[in-house]
Formats: sequence, structure tokens, C-alpha cells
Amino acid sequence: MSVDRSKIRILIAKPGLDGHDRGAKVIARALRDAGFEVVYTGLHQTPEMIINAAVDEDVQVIGMSVLSGAHNALVPEVISGVQKQGLTDALFLVGGIIPEEDFDFLKKAGVQMIFTPGASLEKIIEYIDENAPRR
Amino acid sequence: MFDSKKIEDLKKKHEVWQKSYELGLKKRPERDARFTTWSDEPVPFLCTPLDLEKEGFDYERDLGNPGEYPYTRGVQKNMYRGKLWTMRQFAGFSSAEETNKRFKLLLEQGQTGLSTAFDMPTLMGYDADAKEAKGEVGKCGVSVSSLEDMEALYDGIDLGSVTTSMTINGPAIVILAMYFAVAEKQGVPREKVGGTLQNDILKEYIAQKEWLFPVKPAVELVIDTIEYCTKNYPIWNTVSISGYHIREAGATAAEELAFTLADGLAYVEGSIARGLDIDTFAPRLSFFFDVHNDFFEEIAKFRAARRIWARLMREKYDAKNPKSWMLRTHAQTAGVSLTAQQTLNNVARVAIQGLAAVLGGTNSLHTNSMDETLALPTDEAVMTALRTQQVIAEESGVSNVVDPLGGSYFVEKLTNDIEKKALSLIDQIYEKGGMVEAVDQGFPQAEIANSAYHFQQLFEKKEKIMVGVNKYTVEENRKVETLYIDRAVEERQVSKLKVLKEKRNSKKVEDALLKVKKAAEARENMMEPIIEAVKEYATLQEICDTMRGVYGIYREVGQF
Repeated sequence: MSVDRSKIRILIAKPGLDGHDRGAKVIARALRDAGFEVVYTGLHQTPEMIINAAVDEDVQVIGMSVLSGAHNALVPEVISGVQKQGLTDALFLVGGIIPEEDFDFLKKAGVQMIFTPGASLEKIIEYIDENAPRR
Repeated sequence: MFDSKKIEDLKKKHEVWQKSYELGLKKRPERDARFTTWSDEPVPFLCTPLDLEKEGFDYERDLGNPGEYPYTRGVQKNMYRGKLWTMRQFAGFSSAEETNKRFKLLLEQGQTGLSTAFDMPTLMGYDADAKEAKGEVGKCGVSVSSLEDMEALYDGIDLGSVTTSMTINGPAIVILAMYFAVAEKQGVPREKVGGTLQNDILKEYIAQKEWLFPVKPAVELVIDTIEYCTKNYPIWNTVSISGYHIREAGATAAEELAFTLADGLAYVEGSIARGLDIDTFAPRLSFFFDVHNDFFEEIAKFRAARRIWARLMREKYDAKNPKSWMLRTHAQTAGVSLTAQQTLNNVARVAIQGLAAVLGGTNSLHTNSMDETLALPTDEAVMTALRTQQVIAEESGVSNVVDPLGGSYFVEKLTNDIEKKALSLIDQIYEKGGMVEAVDQGFPQAEIANSAYHFQQLFEKKEKIMVGVNKYTVEENRKVETLYIDRAVEERQVSKLKVLKEKRNSKKVEDALLKVKKAAEARENMMEPIIEAVKEYATLQEICDTMRGVYGIYREVGQF
């Protein structure tokens, strides 16, 4: 393995009131098992709470899981907040129920990749290996 | 049940047959190294009378006739020959006014009961104008912040003739108070107000995760509604004890069964502790199970659920009324089994799952719409889902006969197996001090997370197949017609709330909220003070915040 995953810190976050945490927890565990350092925020996080956690933990990757339809309202706020706090190279990923019509909007807001239901853990890990910033 | 001479004879013949079967495997090997259910339980390749004989199968003790203890074959004597299951499609989106239109459409199309979904802020006890509600108003259900919204939601629908199921838990007591207030304004006598409140807070901590207060006061609020309804609204179903969310969060079939029944037992024990006679409230408890992919495993689960509940109610809690023994249940096809890929395939999945629920003897059914993995369903998808049930009911012939799979060697063995597994999990929960304690300790939560992870690994290894996702995939343009809720809904709800707060009598609202606070502090039954408060148009959040001030809030440790 060319990537030293233990040097990559990932924040898995659940923004908003959405309680569907099955996917977030499975992903967090799979990433940890793959060797990354993973922090999971727990449920019901405001954008502000996620921004603070990202900065405190100095993460390279922020994965947000949204299944409630609130992605367009919450995700951009997190991204601009994290960037303002100086983590300008952070990789932003979104997972969950995201209609394709919203992909462009989210990508313009700074999301690099969107994983929808059926995405394999292997692909997600591969993507992070290739794209997480090295610090 | 079994003639011992015949059984001996069968055993000998079976051994010979088994040997020839094993020889045949060399020429015709099995497709897979392991054959398991969707919950990854091993499946025997064949069952015979020997399997039932081994377990001492006894028709009267283990099945009984339909409508008779222990109700394995169903709670009614003639099941669907008498009355088909209730076809109840869950609906609720954007504003109360829009949802009201969908309700009327469904009633016109032959649906027989209403089912209401609330949006996330409402489920968490926040008004549409709360900062926590940003971006979520009307997204996954209808937004209800005050009695005004509830009046619009059921406008023109006679609450004395239609039964309504309301999927809400954390602030369920407040929403129920609003519903009763609407029914009272319509002039419906209390004994005619029928419906079901989900009101199952334990499964929120376990799986659905929409909570307000710490576990113990939250469970007491559930008991408040049971106590109040038992005395005042005799046909209201007070709690819909729900396995659905537990299963969707990743539990196996046996875990779904065990955790759900254990939640039910916690409410029974809490109500008995209030001094209620079990036979006054147990008949109004109902259940809600998932119906997932594995056809026979699901059928076995429904049959085992009825048997376990009946035996516990009668033998452990000494209930005398047969209605207390009967497990009546709603079922919903598994949302988690639907795929965003090749969405039309979902129609086939839903049909098979719906058929399993019916063969399992469900009393009510929601069939999912094919496009639900993408967004809230469109009218056409909702219609197809309802039509799927109607095809099962009117065309397939399965509604003509009661429990047609009763006596199947395989189904009876599966029913016994899942029952044993569930009972052993329930024992583990009681070793931890019962479900309230087990939930506080995170026991069911950890079990479910493990099972969810295990399934994901099977899926990645292609040991479990989802058609169109990890097998038979195609490139497709996934732009389908989906229902969008625009942000204007949020703005409208917020301004409506602003107008309401100006026009209501604020002194009366304050007084009513103070009464809510005092009752909470005194640990009195909260139902009456909350009904008074909603009638003064105190908002959902005002009432919940008052209670948060007394009970505190719940925070989960983010374990994974």
C-alpha cells in the first residue's frame, strides 16, 4: 500500500436532524478497519458543530451523510465555514440520498465526490486514497 | 402428533435417501458454499416431518386454530376472508394543506386508513421557525408546529369514520393532544376516535434516533398516554411498538423481533407499575414490523411474533382477556431493500415482500413506492404501490385461505428457530435489567451496528446479492421524475407561525405552559395540561421546550 492511511484523518458527520445513521456508522467503521483515523460526530449536528469538530481534529477529509433532503441547505455552510477556518485543502465528500439534479449545485459548493446508495466501500476507500490531501 | 412406528420407518428411508443425495452432489454440486437467509442464518436444503418430530411439534400447543391462542396462524378466525388487511399508505410532505390533498386522493382511490409522516423538525419537537429546522421543513413529512397546522391537515376528513396512524415519537404526546383537539372541534365523540400513535420512544434510542428527553422521563410520557387513553379514548391504539426502524438500521430478523417485543414488555411493565390492569390497556397496543427480502424468514417472523407475545402476556403477565394476548400488526415493506439503480425492479421487490406480509398474517400493510430511494414518491409511484396490494388481495388468491403455509415443515421449523433466537435475546435484555436499562447501556444499539456491518461485508463479497447493484448492473441515466419540496414551504410555514403568535392570546398561552411545567415537575400525567396548552395554540416547540427545561435532553455517544 503506497498510502499511509494512519496519517489521514477523516471526520464522518451527520448534519441536521436526520436520524438515519446506519450508513454513516458502517462507513466510519470500514474506514477505520482500512487503517484511516476516523472521528464520528454522532447525530443531529449543526453546521457550526461540524466546522468546529473538523478544525479541532485537523482533518483532511470530511464526509457528510444526509438522507433527509436537507443537503443543499447544510452542506455548503459546512464547506465555507471549514475553508474560512483555514482548512483550505480539505476533501469534502457527501453520501446518502442525493438526487442527481443536485449534484452540480453541491459540486459548485465544493463537494468533490458524492456517493449514493449502492456505492461500494472499496470504491470509497480507493477514492480517499487517491484524493485526500497529504499534510 | 406423530406415529412413532411411521417416524422410525421414515428415518430409515431418509438415511438411505440422504446417502444417495450426497453421492449425487459429486455430479451436481451446490451453487454456493453456504445457503443462508437474508439475516445470514443457515437454511437447510430440505425439511421433512422428521424436523418437526425432533422438536416435539404439537399442533394445538404450537399453532392452535386461527383466532385462538397462541395465534400463530393469525388473530382472526377467518382472517382475510372476513376483512382484508388495512391498506395504509404512509403520506405526508411539505405543508399540512398539501398533505391534506394527498390524503383525499388516497381515500378516493380506495385506501382505507390514513397514515401521517411528519418532518424532521416536528419529530424532534422544533417549530418550523427554529434554527435547527433550517432546510428541513416539509422535507420528509408534514410540518406541524401548532394546532392550526393540525386543523388544516385533517380539514374535511371525518375523524369519526377514518382511522389515522401518526408516525411520531419524541413529541408524540403533544401531537396526540392536537389530534384529540381537532376531533373534539369536529364534534366526534371520544369513543369513536380511532387510530394509532407510533409513540414508541425506546426504538428511537435504539434505531430511529429522533429523541428529545432522557430515556426514563420519555418512557413515562408514553405511559402517560396509555393511562389517559385507556380512561378517555377507549379505541385509540396508544403505542405502535415498532421493529421497522430497528430492522432498517441493520438488525437481523431475530433481533428485530426480540428488541421490538422487549420494548413492548417495557411499556406493559411501566403501565402495570402505574396501577393499570393489564387487560384494560394491552388490547390497545399494536405492533409494526418490517417485511424484508427473505420470503420465508419474514413469514416465520410474523408467526413467531404472535406466538411469543401471546405466551408472555398470558403466562408471564397473567392477562386474562384474549385481546391482550393478540399481537396485531402493521407491516411495511423494507425501504432499505429498495435500490436507486433500475428503480422499476423495486416494484417486484415490493410485491414479494407484500406477499410475505400477507402470508405472515399482517393486519395492515404499507407497500413502498419504487422511487423512494431517490426522494418522496410521486403520485404515480404511490398508486402503483397501492395497486400492488390490491393485486395481492384481489388476484393472487392468497386471501381466500387462512395461513396456507401452516404445517409446512420448513416454515414451522423456521418459526421455531427464530422464536428460540428471539427468546434468548430477550433473556439477555432482562439480565441487563430490562429494556430501559439495556437501551441506556447501548446494548441493542451495538448489536444492530454489528449486524449492519456484517451485512455490508456480505454484500461487498457478493455473498448477498442486490440485483442491479452488485450483480446485473447496467449503465443508466438515473434522471427520474421525483417530487421536490421547495424552500418556499419553509418560508410559508415560518410566516404562518409569526401571524399565529401575534393573533393568539399570549397570556393564556403563558398560563397553559406554566401548568405544563408544574405538571412535569410534579411528575403528574401530562396529557391534560398539554391538551389545554395546544387548544390555546401554544406551539409544539413551546411545549417541548417547557418539558426539556424540566426533564433535560438526551445526548448519544457517537459510537461506531
